[in-house]
Amino acid sequence: MSMAADDRELRDESLDGLQLSAQLERIWRTPSGLLGALMSVDHKVVGRRYIVTAFAFLLLGGILAMLMRVQLAGPEKTFLSPDKYNQIFTMHGSTMMFLFAVPVMEAFAVYLVPLMVGTRNIAFPRLNAFSFWMFLFGGCFLWISFLLNVGPDVGWFAYVPLSSLQFTPTKRADVWAQMITFTEVAALAVAVEIVVTVFKLRAPGMTLDRIPLFVWAMLVTAFLVMFAMPSIMVASTSLILDRLVNTRFYDSSSGGHPLLWQHLFWFFGHPEVYIIFIPGTGMVSMILATFARRPVIGYPVIILSLIAIGFLSFGLWVHHMFVTGLPQLGAGLFTASSMLIAVPSGLQIFCWLATLWDGRPVYRTPLLFVLGFIAIFVIGGLSGVMVASVPIDTQVHDTYFVVAHFHYVLIGGAVFPLLGAVYYWFPKITGRMLSESVGRWNFWLAFIGFNVAFFPMHILGLIGMPRRVYTYTAEMGWERLNLLSSVGAFIFALSFALLLANVIYSLRKGARAGDNPWNASTLEWATSSPPPPHNFDRIPVVKHRDPLWADSESLPVVAGLSAERREVLLTSLAEAEPQVREASPEPSIWPLLTAIATTVFFIGSIFTPWAVLWGTPPMAITLIGWFWPTGSREDEA
Amino acid sequence: MPVRVRTALVFLATWLLAACSGRQSALDPQGLQSDQIRHTLFIFLIIAAIVWIAVMVVLGIGMLRRKRASNQPLDLDRRFEEGSGRLILGLGIATVIIVLGLSFVSYAGQRTVFAKDENALTLKIIGHQWWWEVHYEADSPHQSFVTANEIRIPTGQPVKVELESADVIHSFWVPSLTGKMDLITGQKNELQFTAKNAGIYRGQCAEFCGLQHAHMAFAVIALPPDEFGRWRDHENQSANSPADPLGKQGEDLFRGRGCALCHNIRGTLAGGQLGPDLTHVGNRTTVAAGTLPLSPATLGAWIADPQHIKPGNLMPRMPLQSDELIAIIHYLEQLK
Amino acid sequence: MKQTIVRNVAELPTFGFGPRSGPWWGAMGFMALEGMGFAIAIGTYLYLYAVNPTWPIGASPPDLWPGTVEAALYLLSIIPNEYTNRVAQRQDLPRVRICLIVMSLIGIVLLVLRGFEFAHLNTRWDNSAYGSVVWLILGLHTTHLATDVGDTVVLAVLMFTHHAKPRRFSDVTDNVFYWNFVVLAWLPLYFLLDWVPRL
Repeated sequence: MSMAADDRELRDESLDGLQLSAQLERIWRTPSGLLGALMSVDHKVVGRRYIVTAFAFLLLGGILAMLMRVQLAGPEKTFLSPDKYNQIFTMHGSTMMFLFAVPVMEAFAVYLVPLMVGTRNIAFPRLNAFSFWMFLFGGCFLWISFLLNVGPDVGWFAYVPLSSLQFTPTKRADVWAQMITFTEVAALAVAVEIVVTVFKLRAPGMTLDRIPLFVWAMLVTAFLVMFAMPSIMVASTSLILDRLVNTRFYDSSSGGHPLLWQHLFWFFGHPEVYIIFIPGTGMVSMILATFARRPVIGYPVIILSLIAIGFLSFGLWVHHMFVTGLPQLGAGLFTASSMLIAVPSGLQIFCWLATLWDGRPVYRTPLLFVLGFIAIFVIGGLSGVMVASVPIDTQVHDTYFVVAHFHYVLIGGAVFPLLGAVYYWFPKITGRMLSESVGRWNFWLAFIGFNVAFFPMHILGLIGMPRRVYTYTAEMGWERLNLLSSVGAFIFALSFALLLANVIYSLRKGARAGDNPWNASTLEWATSSPPPPHNFDRIPVVKHRDPLWADSESLPVVAGLSAERREVLLTSLAEAEPQVREASPEPSIWPLLTAIATTVFFIGSIFTPWAVLWGTPPMAITLIGWFWPTGSREDEA
Repeated sequence: MPVRVRTALVFLATWLLAACSGRQSALDPQGLQSDQIRHTLFIFLIIAAIVWIAVMVVLGIGMLRRKRASNQPLDLDRRFEEGSGRLILGLGIATVIIVLGLSFVSYAGQRTVFAKDENALTLKIIGHQWWWEVHYEADSPHQSFVTANEIRIPTGQPVKVELESADVIHSFWVPSLTGKMDLITGQKNELQFTAKNAGIYRGQCAEFCGLQHAHMAFAVIALPPDEFGRWRDHENQSANSPADPLGKQGEDLFRGRGCALCHNIRGTLAGGQLGPDLTHVGNRTTVAAGTLPLSPATLGAWIADPQHIKPGNLMPRMPLQSDELIAIIHYLEQLK
Repeated sequence: MKQTIVRNVAELPTFGFGPRSGPWWGAMGFMALEGMGFAIAIGTYLYLYAVNPTWPIGASPPDLWPGTVEAALYLLSIIPNEYTNRVAQRQDLPRVRICLIVMSLIGIVLLVLRGFEFAHLNTRWDNSAYGSVVWLILGLHTTHLATDVGDTVVLAVLMFTHHAKPRRFSDVTDNVFYWNFVVLAWLPLYFLLDWVPRL
C-alpha cells in the first residue's frame, strides 16, 4: 500500500470518545440477522457460544451421571439394562472429557485471552469460528448417535480388541473414534490460535513477565494440546482403519498389538488431565489475586511450575498401564516420575496459601470456590501419589478408588475453579452480576454434595468394587456406601441447578456490573462490560504486571490504528514491541461451510472409505472460498 | 466431642460398612502380597493425611489471622515477600524429599509383591467373555486338567498364574490375596501370590470387557495343602457316571439338547470347547462365573433362561420341558 | 477510564515477513503439531518393529527407487523454493508468478511419483501390521504433500489476479516455509520406510 493511500486512511487518532467507539463498533461488529450470526468471527461471540455449548454438554453428561447413580444406589437394580449402562458410562466419560472439560477451558480462553492481552480479536478468527462449528457438529454427532442407540459402549478409552470390529460389529466404536477426530480438530485449532495470540497480539509493553497467569496457563495448555492430541488422532484414525479397511494395527494375529493402543491413548490421555487442570490453576491465580487483594506470591515460581507440569505430563502415561505386565524396573521409574509432578503442583499450592496468608481476603463466591478447590484438589493430588505407586495401583487400578481420585482431581482441580470463574467473569461477559446469596448456596451444596458423592468411593474401591460394573450383589457389602454416594451426587446436581437458575435470573435482573466490579487488576476489566465488538477503543500500553492496580485513574494507550478496517497490532515475542498493523479477517460464511463439508467427510468415512474421495473436493472448494480475497479493505491491505 | 455425637458417628460408620464381609477387599489381606500392599498403602495414607491436615491448618490460620494494615494491593511488605519466597522454596525441596522417599517405599513394596518363586504351583488362566478357564498343569499330562470359574490352591505355597485371553482384555483380581494383572490378547502375563489362610476369596474381572463385565467373577478357595492334594487327585478324574435313571436321562439330554456342543465333561461324549468345562461342576460354589450361589434352584434358573440372569452372555436359551430341566439339573448336581 | 495516548503506531507496516507476521506463526504452530503427528507415527512403526520378531512381516522391503528419486527431488526443490522466497521478499511479481508455477509442477511430479511409491511398497495395508503402518505413514505424508501442492496452485492463480497485493508476498513466503517442512518431514520417513526394513 502506498503512502498516499495511507494518508487518506481514517485513523483512530483523528477520532475521540463516542465517535471513535461508534466508528470502531461499526467495522468490528457481527453482521445482523441469522446469516450474520452464522458468519461471526468475533472471539467474544464464538467464545460465548463455545461456553454455552460446553455447559450444555456438562448438563447432558451430568444427567447421565445421575442415571448411573440411580442404577448403583442399590444392589441388583434393573433401572438400566447392562447395554444402556455401558453406553451411558462411555457417553458420560467421553462427553465430560471431550465435549465439556477441554472445550470449556478453551472456550474461556477464546473469550478472555484476547481481552487479557489487550487486543481486538483472537489470531485467526475464522479458524476460531470453524473450530466452534466442528466442536458443535462433533458433539451433536455423538449425542444423536446415542439417542439412536448407536452410542459408544466401549468406555471413553475404547481399548482394543473390545473396540475392534470383531467384538463391536456395530457402528458404536466408529462413532466414538470419529467424535475424537471432530473434537481434536477443534481443540488443535484453538491451541494454535492461542499460541499466536499470546506470542504476537499482546499489547505493547506486555513483556513475558507481565502476562496474566491465566494467559500463561492457557499458553502452556495450548502447547500440551499441540503435542498430546496428535497421538489420539493417530490412534483413532488407525482404529477406524482397522475397522473399515481391515488394517492390522491392533490385530495380534497379524503383528499388531493391543498395547500399542494403550500407549497411544495414554500418551495423549495423561497430558489430557493437565490440559483440563492447568487452565483451572490459571483461573485460581486470577481469582485469588483479586479477592486476596494482592498479587499472587511467586509469579515466576507459578510459571515455572506450569511449564514443568507441561513437560512432566508427557513422561507419566505408563502409570495407566501398571497392570499390563510391563517390566518391573521401568514401572518403578514411572512411579517416581508420576510422583514428581506433585512438586510443581505443590509449589503452586504453597504460593496460593502464602497469598491468602498475607492478603485481605474478601469472601465472595469466586473465592469460596477457590478455597473449596484447595481442600478438594489436595486430596485428589495425594490420592494421585498413592495410585502412582505400583503396588498400591495393582489393588486400586480400575476400582472406585480411582474413580474417586480423578473426580477429586478433575472436579476439584478444574470444575471448582471453573465455577469460581463463572461467578468471577460473568459480569464481564454479560454486564450483570450473579446473585451472591444464591452463589453461596451454590458453593456449599456443591462442596458438600461433591464430597458426600465421591469420598465414599475411595473406600468402595479398597473394599473391592471395580469400575464399570452395571450392578453388584447385596452380599458384597457395597450398597450403603453406594447409596450415600448417590445421595451426594443428587445434592451436587442440585448445586448446578442453582447455578443455572442464578444465571437465568441474573441475565435479566442481576445488578449492573460496571467495567471493573471486583476492582481487579488485569486488562479485561479496563473495558466496558460486556466489551464492545472491538474490545478496546485504543490498544492499551502495559507498564506493570497489574496495570489497573498500578494506575487506576488512567490507561496509557497507543494510537494510529485504522478506523476504517479491522486491524490488530502485532508485537514482538519477548518484549512486546509494536511491529506490524495487520489486517484481521472480516466475518465470513466459509468457516461454517468448511465445517459442514468436513463433517460430511468425517461421518461419511466411517461408512465407506470412498468418502475420502468424494468428501475431499467440497472441503477443498470451501477452503478456497475461505481464503480467496473478496476485495474487502481487510483483504486488499 | 459430646458422647451423643460420637455414638452417632460410630453408628454411622458401622452402618455404612456393615455387611462388608471382606471376601473381596484390599483392606482384609489374606495373602503375603496383599499384606505387603496394605502395609505400603497405610504408609502413603498416613503421610497423605498429615500433608492434607497441614495444608488445611495453614489455610485456616491464613484466613483467620489479623491482616496487614494497608488496603492498597500493591503496597507489599518486602520482608514478607522474600521470606515467603524462601519458605516456598524450602517446602518445594521438602516435597521432593517426600516423593523420593515414597518412591523408594513403593519400589521396596513392589519388589516384595512381584518376587518370583521358581517352585510355585503353576496354573494357566484364560479369560473369556465372561468366564474364566482354568488349567492345572503338571509334568505328566495325566495330572493336567481343566476347570472353570473356581480356583483351588494350597495355603502357604506360592502359586503362579499364567494369564492369557481368548478374546478381549480382562483383568485377574483377588484383592484379598494380591493386586491385579491384565489378561491381554496375544500376550502372556503372570502373577504370583501366596495365601496365608484357608478360606474362600472372591475375585472379579477388573478390566472392562463388554456387556457382562459386571458378572465375570470367580472364587479362589485356599485349602490346607493335604486337602488341596486330595481335591486335585479327585478333580483329575473323569466325571462320575450317573447311577440313577433320572441322572442317565439328564446325561442323554445334555448331549441331545445341544449342551455338549459347548461344554466338556471329561469321560463322557460331551466334548464342547466353547463354554466352561463342567466335569466336576457339582463341587463348585457358584453358577455363571460367580453370579449366583450354586444350588439346584439357581442351576435350574440359569439353564432355563441364561439371558435373564446375565443378558448378552453367549449361552443360548434351550427350549426344555420342566421334567427335562429337572433331569439335567439332577445330572449336573451329581457331577461331584 | 481516562486514556492517555503515549505512542503512535501509524508508521508501522501493514504486513510483515517471517516471525513478524501472524500467519507465519500459525504455520509454525501447525508444523509443530503435524511434526508431532509424524513423530507419533514413527513411534508406532518402531513399536511394531520392536514387538515383532520378523520385519517386514510377510513382505519384502519397498522398492528403493521411487522413495529415493523423491528424496532427491525434494532436496533439489529447496533451490527453486528458496529462490521463490527471495523474489517474494523483493515483491517481484513476475518472477514470483514463474516460481509458483515451477513449484506447482514440482509438487505434481512428486504426487505422481508418490503413486508409484504406493505401487512399489510390496505390501498391502491389510497384509499385516507392517503393511498397515507403512501405508499410514505414507498416506500421512501424501496428505501433507497434496495439501501444500493445492495451496501452491491456488496461490499461483491468485498472483495472476488483481488480488496480488503486497501482503500476498508474505503468504508466498509462508508457503515456501511450509514446503521446507514437507521436505524435512520426508527425509526421516524415507529412511524409516525404505531403509529400516533392510537393516
